[in-house]
Amino acid sequence: MAVSVLTAGAPVGAGDLRRRVWLVQLGFGALAVVACLTAPLVGSTAINFRQVFDPTIPFAENVDAQIFFILRLPRAIAGALVGASLAAAGVVLQAMLRNPLATPFTLGVSAGASLGAMLAITLGLPLGMLGVLGGPVASLVGALGAMAIVYFLATMRREGLSTNVLLLAGVTLNSLFSAIILFVQFLADPLQTFQAVRWVMGNLDVGSYSPILSAIPLMGIGFVVFARLPRALNLLTLGADSAAARGVDVLRTQRLAFLSASLVTGAAVALGGPIGFIGIIIPHLVRLLVGADHRLVLPASAGLGAAFLVMCDVGARTLLSPMELPVGIITAMLGGPFFLWLLVRSR
Amino acid sequence: MRVPSGSLLGVLGPNGSGKTTLLKLLAGLLTPAGGRITLDGHDTARLNRATLARRLAVVPQETQLAFDYTVLEIVLMGRYPHLRAFELEGPADLEIARRMLAATGTATFEQRMFRTLSGGEKQRVVMASALAQFEDSADTGGHGPDETQVLLLDEPTSSLDLAFQLETADLLRRLNRDRRTTIVICTHDLNFAAGLCRDLVLLRDGRIAAAGPTEAVLTPETVGAVYDVEADIRRHPASHQLTVVPLARR
Repeated sequence: MAVSVLTAGAPVGAGDLRRRVWLVQLGFGALAVVACLTAPLVGSTAINFRQVFDPTIPFAENVDAQIFFILRLPRAIAGALVGASLAAAGVVLQAMLRNPLATPFTLGVSAGASLGAMLAITLGLPLGMLGVLGGPVASLVGALGAMAIVYFLATMRREGLSTNVLLLAGVTLNSLFSAIILFVQFLADPLQTFQAVRWVMGNLDVGSYSPILSAIPLMGIGFVVFARLPRALNLLTLGADSAAARGVDVLRTQRLAFLSASLVTGAAVALGGPIGFIGIIIPHLVRLLVGADHRLVLPASAGLGAAFLVMCDVGARTLLSPMELPVGIITAMLGGPFFLWLLVRSR
Repeated sequence: MRVPSGSLLGVLGPNGSGKTTLLKLLAGLLTPAGGRITLDGHDTARLNRATLARRLAVVPQETQLAFDYTVLEIVLMGRYPHLRAFELEGPADLEIARRMLAATGTATFEQRMFRTLSGGEKQRVVMASALAQFEDSADTGGHGPDETQVLLLDEPTSSLDLAFQLETADLLRRLNRDRRTTIVICTHDLNFAAGLCRDLVLLRDGRIAAAGPTEAVLTPETVGAVYDVEADIRRHPASHQLTVVPLARR
């Protein structure tokens, strides 16, 4: 990776920032694509890259291509989408809350999603929608519901949006929902509890392209909003008043940031379960590589988040092969120590 | 209260007298419960944020960053109100940022991380960033020469040592004289205000207790009444500026 170009710090020439933005988008985008194309080659059955893309063999007879496109590629794409979403949402929320330790899950999303999925599993809800199973829909509803509660609490006390209330309400809601989840589990039968616990560990085995296709519109809307935010997010770093004094519509920025990050996180959780730590590891790594400018941090985090989760999932599939580990365990085992190192390192 | 264009005004008053509230009202960061605030006759509450930011800038008492930016990046943030939605800073913006760094004596810090600077250095960088808001690059159409530019400062001397206090006073004086920037300073530092400001407003309990030219306002009677102290005020023999020495609590 062209780290030396990217770590140059502030733009030293005018064309330089433009070049760095392009470099970052291309570089980290390519990283994600390469991860998606190589991950499906690895697995219990070895397949040959050349044969996968050999046009002379008809698809119906090309076993390698079938494994690649039908069995493994959807999983890699799901991983990339979930990884990109969680990392980008992490960047946006950290900037908006002016708190480098915030993650999409700090605000109660993961607990809300888990509660939704838990209820769907134990009650056997027939929530089929757009060909999607009940679990993902229920978890999306749970995630967005949690976000709505937190947002309502943060805006009810006074004009504007209190980021402190947002953060504290999110943490509290997380514990409250976790308690309700335990209560539901206590009443549920062991098989349902087992299913729910497995869901919470995160799983990218989506089985087909259809869950991906249902998640893409939600993520797409979120990312279109993300694209408008970076410059205002840079200024929010100075504090709400200083940003406002430089011409930023602070309330609008906070609202857009929160709503788009919620949407993207909800869609990601519905697709892959509440996979932890991506939203904090990736943005911090990226800031070490490209600096703090969100015009670079946001696209770079999306690309690196995608590649990172796809690679973690390869680990999940192969480490204890033929057994499969839930990918959330891998990201948490990497993320936990990283998070602690981060705490100690920062002053 | 009226601040004529080109003023160099100090706002003084004890803790809790409403200095910072007044500053935030002037900056459009708070909406007045009653009355209105106008800039060149325009109601600031109705002006677009970016339009206002091109003519009015704020230097807060302290700036703490959530993430590590370089000094140049911080100064370039002052260009926000001049850029369109997806526009990146161009050569003109960079030139402006460098000019403001030079004007505030911080050019040598350009590539340093803001976090690593001392309190006084940070403040001068933030001032450079605020000044960058006023500068017009050719493509934004610009504003007329008679449009007022207002710089609001909250406790500018609180983290400055003596040398930088002199330098800051000098910089503000030059801005006011050469570019006719209207400057409003909220401060506890009576002697700093006495040496720099042409006019003063003394606040107490959210009301104006005294206002007018510095010599007229800064008397033992008014200062005593506003701050509840016995104060000795006289011209310093060397600097010829009014000097306030508090003697005792009333």
